[in-house]
Amino acid sequence: MQLTAEREHYLNASYGLKSWLLTKDHKRIGLLYLFTITLFFFIGGAFATLIRLELLTPQGDLVSDDVYNRLFTMHAIAMIFFFMIPSIPAVLGNFFLPIMIGARDLAFPRINLLSWYLLVAGGAFALFAMIAGGVDTGWTFYTPYSTTYANGWVIATALGIFIAGFSSILTGLNFIVTVHRMRAPGMTWFRMPLFVWANYATSLIQILGTPVLAVTIVLLFVERVFHLGIFDPARGGDPVLFQHLFWFYSHPAVYIMVLPGMGVISEVISTFSRKPVFGYAFVAFSSVAIAVLGFLVWGHHLFVSTQSAFAGLVFSFLSYFVAIPSAIKVFNWTATLYKGSISFETPMLYAFGFIGLFTIGGLTGLFLAALGIDIHVTDTYFVVAHFHYVMVGGTIMAFLAGMHFWWPKITGRMYPEGWAKLSALIVFVGFNLTFFPQFILGYMGMPRRYHAYPPEFQVLNVLSTAGASVLAIGYLMPMVYFTWSLKYGKVAGANPWGATGLEWKTASPPPVHNFDETPIVTHDAYDYSTVHGEEIQVG
Amino acid sequence: MQDEIDSPQHHVDSAGTYVAVLVTLLFLTILTTAVAYVDLGYFSTVIALGIACTKMLLVALFFMHIRHSTKLTKLVVVGGLLWLAILLLLTLTDFATRTWIGVPGR
Repeated sequence: MQLTAEREHYLNASYGLKSWLLTKDHKRIGLLYLFTITLFFFIGGAFATLIRLELLTPQGDLVSDDVYNRLFTMHAIAMIFFFMIPSIPAVLGNFFLPIMIGARDLAFPRINLLSWYLLVAGGAFALFAMIAGGVDTGWTFYTPYSTTYANGWVIATALGIFIAGFSSILTGLNFIVTVHRMRAPGMTWFRMPLFVWANYATSLIQILGTPVLAVTIVLLFVERVFHLGIFDPARGGDPVLFQHLFWFYSHPAVYIMVLPGMGVISEVISTFSRKPVFGYAFVAFSSVAIAVLGFLVWGHHLFVSTQSAFAGLVFSFLSYFVAIPSAIKVFNWTATLYKGSISFETPMLYAFGFIGLFTIGGLTGLFLAALGIDIHVTDTYFVVAHFHYVMVGGTIMAFLAGMHFWWPKITGRMYPEGWAKLSALIVFVGFNLTFFPQFILGYMGMPRRYHAYPPEFQVLNVLSTAGASVLAIGYLMPMVYFTWSLKYGKVAGANPWGATGLEWKTASPPPVHNFDETPIVTHDAYDYSTVHGEEIQVG
Repeated sequence: MQDEIDSPQHHVDSAGTYVAVLVTLLFLTILTTAVAYVDLGYFSTVIALGIACTKMLLVALFFMHIRHSTKLTKLVVVGGLLWLAILLLLTLTDFATRTWIGVPGR
């Protein structure tokens, strides 16, 4: 297919701000999400920069303890609720889930646009709170800090998260209905790409878990504002109840963040080893298994909270089970590589990074699921390193893998491969330099959430801060070359990677309704015998 | 896709049924209020929750048309209730057993 200047696609079909702000096209809404989450990524990154600068020296000399509390709280809130949770589902899922199952749009395009507005509205409340002075409770809003003692903008921030939660619920609803109702003829459940399975499983968590977060925020609100006794023991409440309710959502939220990333990795590993994903059905069901098991383990966040030791035993036991479907994925990706025709384009480099770093993050999670070890390292930098290996080493690596993989489809242009490979390398090195020393710091006993620390911890903290600078460069590079490529990048064909999904069978960038004719699916996902010599129907 | 589009029947109950459900709901509301004035000890909560669950079922089955919905819709409802059960049950593993052994240091 030849790209011609006249061909109409979703980017040139209409122009002007109104055409974007009122669009019902899932592809444009995906890009609106991309701009929004990128803004919050850099806001969260700015807070992280200040945190790492403060920790360069043992003394609390850059900011006060109170300001430091606000910095780490707002770093987490920006990154978790307004970057990571919407990142892969709302950007890449929105853009590609309908195309990958041969649909013209999501089931409810107007609700899809509403979801974006809800995220923006929630983000506006959170931004207001940040600018007005911030909040210092930690992103977990533990009671009684949040209900009784905190002076910051607790309600404004919580309200922002409450509103953004509905964005997440509606996106999940949209994805589930779309997958059930709008698959193209021949696109059976077991022909769906694994990215779709992963987003489907994620949507289940979003729908089942997020309402509980909303309820918890309402309860926090009524206790803080109206002094009703829900969490305050003096009024007949129980502060640990808050932790149960909060983590019932927030532990599965970890899987909201990482499952879609696993979907991206399945696509990338298959494409760049030119083999079907090993054990397709196991990988598909492991996404659903992670979604379900993720709801049974939240009590491992409460091991030192005066939670009953018996409950601790149950939650510790159940926590180990999540490792099984996670390991199925890692082993099956590795088996996919076996005897594959592997090439090392940028998305594949990020995918390799994901597999290694997620495995470290996941296995250290098992350390923390063990009651005895957890009590030793609770609230230390070991925990900080663990979840950054999962969230940053996992989710952000996968997000960048996906952005590079699908960039030619989204924009119709190739990014510069050499610069991109360099950035992948810098991100990998910078990430490990930042977070590996934190495992050692935590094991040695350095507690998290303090702006000062004993001098013997300085060397490892300096290494970590140096790593963060390297990581920042690695993250800025894609911003620059992606923008550059919009004008100067090589024009991408419909299928520059020789991949199998339906998204590669339409033009780059796709037309407004994705396909000129509804595709008819006759092959399994990842059937590479279908790639060459096929006819492209759009253009 | 045919497997799950099991042709939802647009069954509409008679107006009489809706009125009967409405009257039952109003009666149960009055009953909840009345019972609140009687001290039944431990059973006060049980009866209040029992009435609330009955009302919830009436609304879901009749007003939300779950009674005549597809199997998939019923599965969604059962799934929601199952997840609520997970929340309650695993939280109770803490609250029900917290006093079995003392907290160290107290």
